[in-house]
Amino acid sequence: MPSMMRFGGPHERVPGSGGKVSKTVWRLFRFVFSNYKVSIPFVAICIIVTSLTTLTSNLFTKTLIDDYIVPMTETGSTDFSPLAAAMLRLGAILLVGIIASFTYNLLTVFIGNGTLRKLREELFRHMQKLPLSWFDSRTHGEIMSVYTNDVDTLRQVVSQSVPGILRSLVTIIATFTSMLVMSPLLSVISLLLAALMFYITRRLGTISKKYFTKRQENLGLINGFIQEMVTGQKVVKVYNHEEDAMRQFAALNENMRSSVYNANRISNIIGPINANLGHFGYVLLAIAGAALALGGNVPLTLGTIVAFLTLQRNFNRPVSQISNEINSLAMASAGSDRVYAMLDEQPQKDEGRTVLEGNAAEGWNWKSPDGTLTPLKGLVSLQDVDFCYVADKQVLFDISLTAYPGQKIAFVGGTGAGKTTITNLINRFYEIQDGTICCDGIPVTDLALSSLRKSLGTVLQESKLFSGTIMENIRYGRLDATDEECRAAARLACADSFIRRMPNGYDTVLAADGGNLSQGERQLLCIARAAVADPPVLILDEATSSIDTRTEKLIQEGMASLMKGRTTFVIAHRLSTVQNADYIMVMDKGHIIERGKHAELLALKGKYYELYTGNQIV
Amino acid sequence: MFKTVLREVRQYKTALILTPVWTSAEVVMGVLIPYVTASLIDKGLNAGNLPAVYKYGGMMLGLAVLSLVFGILAGRYAAYSSTGLAANLRQAMYTNIQRFSFSDIDKYSTAGLVTRMTTDVSSIQNATQMLLRTSFRAPLNLVFSFAMCLFINRQLSLIFLAAMVFLSVALYLMISRAAKLFRQILLRYDTLNDVVMENVDAIRVVKAFVREDHEISKFDKAALELYTMSIRAETLMSFNHPLMNLVVYGCIMAVSWFGAHYIVAGNLTTGQLTSLFSYIMMVMNSLMMLSMIFVQLTQSAASVSRVAEVIEEEPDMANPEAPVTALKGGSIDFRNVFFSYKKGGDNALEDINLHIDSGETIGIIGGTGSGKSSLAYLICRLYDVSEGSVEVDGRDVREYDMDALRRHVAIVLQKSTLFSGTILENLRWGNPDATFEECVEACRTACAHEFIEAMPEGYDTVMEQGGFNVSGGQRQRLCIARALLKKPGILILDDSTSAVDTATDARIRESLRRRSPGITTVIVAQRILSIKDADRIVVMDNGRINAVGTHEQLLASNDIYREIYNLQTSGGEADFDA
Repeated sequence: MPSMMRFGGPHERVPGSGGKVSKTVWRLFRFVFSNYKVSIPFVAICIIVTSLTTLTSNLFTKTLIDDYIVPMTETGSTDFSPLAAAMLRLGAILLVGIIASFTYNLLTVFIGNGTLRKLREELFRHMQKLPLSWFDSRTHGEIMSVYTNDVDTLRQVVSQSVPGILRSLVTIIATFTSMLVMSPLLSVISLLLAALMFYITRRLGTISKKYFTKRQENLGLINGFIQEMVTGQKVVKVYNHEEDAMRQFAALNENMRSSVYNANRISNIIGPINANLGHFGYVLLAIAGAALALGGNVPLTLGTIVAFLTLQRNFNRPVSQISNEINSLAMASAGSDRVYAMLDEQPQKDEGRTVLEGNAAEGWNWKSPDGTLTPLKGLVSLQDVDFCYVADKQVLFDISLTAYPGQKIAFVGGTGAGKTTITNLINRFYEIQDGTICCDGIPVTDLALSSLRKSLGTVLQESKLFSGTIMENIRYGRLDATDEECRAAARLACADSFIRRMPNGYDTVLAADGGNLSQGERQLLCIARAAVADPPVLILDEATSSIDTRTEKLIQEGMASLMKGRTTFVIAHRLSTVQNADYIMVMDKGHIIERGKHAELLALKGKYYELYTGNQIV
Repeated sequence: MFKTVLREVRQYKTALILTPVWTSAEVVMGVLIPYVTASLIDKGLNAGNLPAVYKYGGMMLGLAVLSLVFGILAGRYAAYSSTGLAANLRQAMYTNIQRFSFSDIDKYSTAGLVTRMTTDVSSIQNATQMLLRTSFRAPLNLVFSFAMCLFINRQLSLIFLAAMVFLSVALYLMISRAAKLFRQILLRYDTLNDVVMENVDAIRVVKAFVREDHEISKFDKAALELYTMSIRAETLMSFNHPLMNLVVYGCIMAVSWFGAHYIVAGNLTTGQLTSLFSYIMMVMNSLMMLSMIFVQLTQSAASVSRVAEVIEEEPDMANPEAPVTALKGGSIDFRNVFFSYKKGGDNALEDINLHIDSGETIGIIGGTGSGKSSLAYLICRLYDVSEGSVEVDGRDVREYDMDALRRHVAIVLQKSTLFSGTILENLRWGNPDATFEECVEACRTACAHEFIEAMPEGYDTVMEQGGFNVSGGQRQRLCIARALLKKPGILILDDSTSAVDTATDARIRESLRRRSPGITTVIVAQRILSIKDADRIVVMDNGRINAVGTHEQLLASNDIYREIYNLQTSGGEADFDA
């Protein structure tokens, strides 16, 4: 079986392959094997037993006719007891087969689902360590698709393709051996036919893969079009652009239809071709066999031919099955490529060994690997920091600033000036290209990431909440906070009153991302969440932008007590938030262009004065 | 709901009907072949008759060729009609979305519509193809195979009958229980996806609070639940294969035993016995296929209802029966207008009465949620009023042809959306026939010409999806230029210079006045500077008109206006993002 043998070599390309079976598929196999060292050999044994019993039942036809029925008809005997004994033996064997079949089916369920679960957990665990730049560089849809579509294609590989190929191989080997024993000559003919069938199926697989690739492209195009146009549907309406949009859509839709049609048309041919090639082979063998047997030169009984024909039929099925399974392995390759690409991504470097120690009551300390303790005071300094998100597009230039413990530092400036970026660097969301950032004199890269971030409380620009109750969302700030501590934090953030007005109070379940709250209410919850964490350093990025003026005045007091004694970085639009800062940094295009107290900056009559008075055009 | 989907077969109807015809023909061939095989064995091989072998072999080949042809035809027609149906469904949905009014658009999420038009349609397509290829094949196979069995030997067929009944009951019990579990699995999948989605979406919060471990335990819990449920369902299904084996083996044993008796008694030939063995497999396979159809149907029913929902959605706004297409003047009248976004919901506008002269420039100001934008939307009939009427050029907007009205009234929406394509292509959304000079002219008016010229490709610069390769302010100016190309009688700017700096904002207003005189201009704004010079200013508060007047009048008499003015000019609440 030359074609079969080639499949056996893991890294060889199958001739006429419908696309390559990717290396990552073999990696997946190794993953499965290493996790199920005991079960897999057992499954293999069960599959072999099952296949052999199926074979026995097929071979029984020959035994039945040649050894029992023909002699009986010839001798006119009516003693069925030898047959009964044979049938009992057969029954016992088949029963073993059924048990083996059940065992391996059950084991495959566990191996398949267990592998998927391990793979998913590993993916997610790994993803948590990836740097933010990784998340920035792809859409949520792309990431989701790895968890849904890609992992799912692997299900097929683990729980169907592999057992299928194994089963088919065993059947092929066993069947072919019996065929060889019966008639080497007919076996050769049969083998040639099988090779032809294997080749055709793989060939069709290749052709259809071409169309499937085209289909994926068109699917991408149409997806993109719908996404863009439906998002801009209001503009489409306002400009009476419906007809045009429909025309463009119709063209894309037609391309999509024809490529799916072609792909399906080809793959639909595989079934009938295999089935009928089987019939052709059957007739060919019947004629050849009959000619040989009747010619009398070859020792062939008619019973042998009949049995051989049955075997031939059983030989064809696994051959076409194997080639189909290889086709689907090739198709699954893209999925496993993406899964492993994600697992191979470099996690964010976390080599700092200095960790945070202590608690809110007794104070926090930085503990270096050699055991020296540095009290955590909240002194944050940036020295000559340069930064870019993507190479060659520098967004921060030469930033230097020092925030002394308990100081309030405010950043103001237009969109894109780099205010948020600075705060993203302090908590090491991104790695700087040049300069140093220190907390209490220790470079942030020497601090364990988790310790660094625990020392900083952050309220981000976008108020993200999680599905779950309001209480759970506040507790996200500190998992061991008591209910009373959470309520106190909510009172501090002025969230208590609106929470208590909700139907279930603190136990109200939020829809995905707090969909049932207003933007302002979500911001209040985010502030409460940061408050419950009780961190030494606070970063407030537009934390009160969507809160109306009246509420903001209310929480002003709470915010003030929250900021008291903590180093605070504030980014804000509103002057009232900024005015009383110890230092105001005015940013423009990645530079700090002015710095000082409110009154000093006003006296400077520079950019800050311009922004403040808003009268640069008069 | 199945009807709605089926109606979309249209031009693929013939193919849809022909598929089962080809399938049936293929099935007939498939059933006849084993019968000929039996003759080949009995009359040819067993009789040692070579010509008979040729004869029946030839017949078999002929049947196989026919079966192949029918099989390929069936596959082709099934692919053709199912993909055609899918294409029509997508088209029908998209066409209906084009008819959606603004409130219909608000109802569906973009992601939801995309899923409906892709994943759901694909699932319907696959189900259709499978149904077409198997729903006739399986029962036909069953009937024919069984008929052949009856024809060969009536008594032995009883064994099949018993097996069939046993297998059907067993499969039914198994699948009906598994189907319930599979629905549970889908829910578990949703939970798992939600955890990932939420995590990716809020990754900054997760990292800021160092909650990676917490997230991992949430995920692991969801993964475990999915695992447990899958194991339960699939364990049940793993009885499938052994069960099939049990029944098939049982049949083989029984047929062998009784068959041997019949042959010895001379009532059956060995060839017939072999055929019977083939039919066992056919009968059992068809039963399996039927059970798969059952599973597939329940699974795709959800997709069908989601697709049907979009197609059946009746847009809540339609053209009048005798639409008026002629619009000239730019006068606008609000008469006792009440409006709410949701039926029975809170009013966004209450008791609005306002007359705007043709050519007038009107500023609208007020806090968030005061109804400024809603007022603007009603003028070009993006929404319909709940009570009262809005008139343009002396006629109720509901009497006009909607396209004509929207050509005459240009609105620049708050969210500045551009589409992938060049700048020029984007501008020509306003007027497909605009010359290059007209486009440049519009861009000069909107103060966009300079920055476009500064780009290396100029007007041929390709916009990325969403137009994110230009800044927010530049995007807004392009949107204004696009609207100007309509040469509208009424121009509405809905907070459309918010990202433009105050100097440019002033220049845009100045050039609008100079270059396009006579246009009625409605400016909705947060910034007092944007509307200060308007002929009249409307102060909105809580969905009602609080006051109307010039800047000086309002400053003298209106508290709200004065408060906004003071906050914005003295700096107390100034917006730093100028």
